[in-house]
Amino acid sequence: MKINDVILQAVAKVVVFIILTLGIYLFFSGHNEPGGGFIGGLVLASALVLLFLSFDIESVKKGIPVDFKKVAALGTLLAVGSGLGALFFDAPFLTQAFSYFDLPILGETELATMMIFEAGVALAVVGVVGTIILSISEDV
Amino acid sequence: MLTLNLAIMIPFLVAAIIPFIYKKLTRIHIGWFVFAVSLLLFIYLIRYVPSIANGETYINIVEWIPSIGINFTTYLDGLSMIFGLLITGIGALVILYSIYYFDLDEDLHSFYMYLLIFMGGMLGVVFSDNLMVLYLFWELTSISSFLLIAFWFHRKQSRYGAQKSFLITVGGGIAMLVGFIMLYVMTGTFSIQEILPLVSELPAHELFIPAMILILLGAFTKSAQFPFHIWLPDAMEAPTPVSAYLHSATMVKAGIYLVARFTPIFGGGEIWFWLVTGVGMVTMIWGSFNAIRQTDLKALLAYSTISQLGLIMSLFGMGSAALYYGYSADSVFYTQATFAALFHLVNHSTFKGALFMVIGIIDHEVGTRDIRKLGGLMAFMPVTFTIALIGSFSMAGLPLFNGFLSKEMFFTAVINISQLDIFSLNSLGVLFPVVAWIASVFTFIYSLIIVFKTFFGPYQEEKLEHEAAEPPIGMMISPGILAVLVVLIFFFPNVIGYYLLNPAMGSVYPGFGTTVDLGQNITAWHGFNTELWMTIGVVITGVILYLLLRYWKGIFKLFPDKWTFNTLYDYSLTQIESSSTAITKTYMTGVLRDYFLYIYIFFVGIIGITLFYTGAFSFDMSNDVPISIYEWIMVVVMMVAGIAILFAKSRLTAIVLNGVLGYSISVLFVLFRAPDLALTQIVVETITTVLFLLCFYFLPEWKKESNGVKTKTVNLLISISVGLTFVLVALSVQHNKLFETISGFFEDAYELAGGRNIVNAILGDFRALDTMLEVVVLLIAGIGVYSLIKLKAKKGGPNSEN
Repeated sequence: MKINDVILQAVAKVVVFIILTLGIYLFFSGHNEPGGGFIGGLVLASALVLLFLSFDIESVKKGIPVDFKKVAALGTLLAVGSGLGALFFDAPFLTQAFSYFDLPILGETELATMMIFEAGVALAVVGVVGTIILSISEDV
Repeated sequence: MLTLNLAIMIPFLVAAIIPFIYKKLTRIHIGWFVFAVSLLLFIYLIRYVPSIANGETYINIVEWIPSIGINFTTYLDGLSMIFGLLITGIGALVILYSIYYFDLDEDLHSFYMYLLIFMGGMLGVVFSDNLMVLYLFWELTSISSFLLIAFWFHRKQSRYGAQKSFLITVGGGIAMLVGFIMLYVMTGTFSIQEILPLVSELPAHELFIPAMILILLGAFTKSAQFPFHIWLPDAMEAPTPVSAYLHSATMVKAGIYLVARFTPIFGGGEIWFWLVTGVGMVTMIWGSFNAIRQTDLKALLAYSTISQLGLIMSLFGMGSAALYYGYSADSVFYTQATFAALFHLVNHSTFKGALFMVIGIIDHEVGTRDIRKLGGLMAFMPVTFTIALIGSFSMAGLPLFNGFLSKEMFFTAVINISQLDIFSLNSLGVLFPVVAWIASVFTFIYSLIIVFKTFFGPYQEEKLEHEAAEPPIGMMISPGILAVLVVLIFFFPNVIGYYLLNPAMGSVYPGFGTTVDLGQNITAWHGFNTELWMTIGVVITGVILYLLLRYWKGIFKLFPDKWTFNTLYDYSLTQIESSSTAITKTYMTGVLRDYFLYIYIFFVGIIGITLFYTGAFSFDMSNDVPISIYEWIMVVVMMVAGIAILFAKSRLTAIVLNGVLGYSISVLFVLFRAPDLALTQIVVETITTVLFLLCFYFLPEWKKESNGVKTKTVNLLISISVGLTFVLVALSVQHNKLFETISGFFEDAYELAGGRNIVNAILGDFRALDTMLEVVVLLIAGIGVYSLIKLKAKKGGPNSEN
């Protein structure tokens, strides 16, 4: 039943990396430019969707051997857990902190605890989308 | 005293660690760690006993949700001290016992996890000063008890018992919650210690009596008072250590704690007095009467516990009469009922704990608890027999054991109370000593049954699963310690009286002078007075009735089995199930159109009509920003796509047209300079369209529904009204500002959150809780889809019902 989509597969191999790069860029730029954890996660997930569409599930699974349920759970845990950190500094749940550091190569960089939270969101999105797509498409 | 808050959390922390480490603990029994936790907490608490005995109290506040007055406040005084010591002390003994009780192949880590959650919850209940926190811990004990009763969940009876106890105790808990909220409405605070000074103004309030009754409902259900007692016998499906711990020493006493704690607030009035005393009295006699007919030793103990809880409850009720008079030198006359209640509370925990463990030993060693199969065990299990003898005779109220002391004080209390001339006691008061005496006779009889039917008489080896023998020494340590305590308390009761009971009296009667004045000297020998003659009467009558048991046992058959509260419970449960199924079937038709009908009618009905009547639909377009030509174009595109969906011939066309709608919205976002939203919309649209196409394969054929004119008219009407409401709401929103806009706050995003992207700052910083919960919802949705598709029940698979 699977048609041999040579063109789609060839394009996908390249495009997936562009999408993944875009996703990671969006994730990191989120604090000051359009982007953020949710969109970054969605774009990363759409790269996965493209892979699943152009190749069959088995080969993608072989290439990316992750359990998306665990990814989603890890992301949620990270998002919730990052809020707990504030409690140790006598601040309300989910208080975020940020500061500026002078890092080698990167120069002055802003580091914010929100990044951890956003990473959790991104992972949860990737995990959930992956889980849903895999479970629907496997149900034949 | 911050450490008290930490101490409450320790069991939860250990419970959280257990699942991660239990697999590594192969050489040491996991119970030892739990035992250590319990023992440490006990030692920690006991360090405070001397200062508590000096009348000190400790309060400590950890702010939780200060804006609505919910704080994790702990309060350590004499009353909570008694309970705290029982929870940790009996807890440690029970855990020690359980280490030897369970086979190693059982699901032990879950067991100890539940037990720790229970212990933490119970400590939270007795130490919390804040009503909401107390409620939280209260329900935690119900939940952990549910899990513990259903520990052997492959048995149908265990599941039934767990469900029953859960429904009844949680139902009462919810009533109690409403009572707490009413108390808050009356006083404006959730703190019990802050409510106490306001007590004098409360009885005039119209919510006073409803709040009292609702809180009592919580206490009565938890403490298995008549008619809510029916869950306790079924809870005996739990493993015996659980029964010993939860269903005799601690959880069921939470209700008693609640009554004691709220006596200063509600006590002194007639309704409180009659409800608490009356229910307690009825429970006491009903429980003791029914205990005699039981053939299962554990069921017998369950009814005996019900009866004893009723006794303690009624004593607290009688003690509350002292608050009617206020403090005077004569108050001791009334307060000694409360003193007796606290004393019996401690005594009951010792002897009943020991008895439960003995029954567990018997069950463990010979494989049955049925008294018709047991007999003659004395020769084989002399140590167990001794412990059982001490426990039973203490329960029967015989001298040399602590039960005698508190039972004598109980008799004193009922005699005194019958002489009061308040609350129409001058006429009804005569009943109190009579009921108390009869219940004591029954108690005496079933105590004899435990000892004599089990340990004397013929040894029926062929009916037992194993040959009778003494258990491993470890199983006898805990009941042994409790048995020793039973005797020690008899000889040195005033140690307990001074260090534990006197300070607790101060908690039940705040403002009644120093605690020392309220205390009493407990004496074993108090002369040939009425109480002693009552006891002698109990023993003589009890022995006679026990010997003649088979002649009068027939009266239990006078009540048909159908006429019990159990039948009522089962009946109402099946009725609720069948009627809710019937109701659900009428509206869950399985037709999508119907569901949309409900949603839309509700929407138009609630929002549309309400807004119409309140005149909220008002708008003025004159000040609006002009609409540009691009925006017009997009709107027209969307309208065309929307209308075209209605006429689409195939499902694929409809999906693509739907995609057009989504992408157009994202173009609109671009026009309005919201790149974040546009980006999100595009990606979401892409992924949902792909998902849609994936599902597309499995959907049934797209067929045009041929509806009648009537259906079409209804559809038309509803769609027009929904559309109209939406448009009107959207337009009116612009011109009705009830509150000041908060968007100014977000302008400082860079200074406050360090992010120039305001949307991101809102999502991750200002409203992070929203985002966090959305992530959780997303996860739940993902798991939902996964389990719906993957975990379809296989037909003809193994059935867990049995």
